[in-house]
Amino acid sequence: MPVAYIPRTRELYKAYTPYRWVENRDTPPWTPLTKPIAQCKVALMSSGGILYRDQPRFHREDASYRLIPKDATQADLDVWHFGYRTDDAKLDHNCVFPLARMRELEAEGVIGELSDPAYSFMGGIYSSRTVRDELAPRIADELKRVHVDAFYLVPA
Amino acid sequence: MTSALDITQAVNPPRAVFVNFPLGHQTGKPNQPELQRQIVRDAMRAFETIGKPGTIVELPYVWDTNDRRWEETDYTEGFLPERPAKADADKAEAERRARHASANAK
Repeated sequence: MPVAYIPRTRELYKAYTPYRWVENRDTPPWTPLTKPIAQCKVALMSSGGILYRDQPRFHREDASYRLIPKDATQADLDVWHFGYRTDDAKLDHNCVFPLARMRELEAEGVIGELSDPAYSFMGGIYSSRTVRDELAPRIADELKRVHVDAFYLVPA
Repeated sequence: MTSALDITQAVNPPRAVFVNFPLGHQTGKPNQPELQRQIVRDAMRAFETIGKPGTIVELPYVWDTNDRRWEETDYTEGFLPERPAKADADKAEAERRARHASANAK
């Protein structure tokens, strides 16, 4: 049975004002895929707080993001996040940031191209307005600049 | 990609792929590249197969076929590690950055 995380979060933070989760009732915006995924340029982003080499860590309510070179290896990467258990992601970033797996799918021809760089931010941001009005438009601009066909977002 | 079905249903993104794993493992278990590859490949396939906005594809992978107790404890009291004191966090941060900076200089 899938875990009901909204009530769990409410219970975990019951000392605080109940969190107002984002609820979108309208039909989501839709951009059809115009060609097979094997011909698409795909960008990867994780909200798992991934850092590359000496990039600065994230802070509370941090709407910044990091650019991760697509050839980054496990030794290049670290994790900074307070909202999930990061032990396994530190051991193997592919648990929440499947960069090595995406490179393999690119080599196999499952996707046309893995866009360079990949993107990372720290998803423990309380204000959904900060994400919607600050972080998301900046990421969208990045993606338009490199002309991706598909965007793969992995939370943590 | 998601492991929190109720949150994703509320957010209602155009396309989503759900795997019923504990948070922090949305694309698989550590050092199990074959499982990770299957999950990510399924997600890539979903770009082609999802035709209706708001669809959530549920993947069949099971975290542990003999033990579902993680579902009782994930994200409950005591689940999250205590945040490190600021001084400790700053020290760890400085050490990490210095380590990579010296590697860059070589």
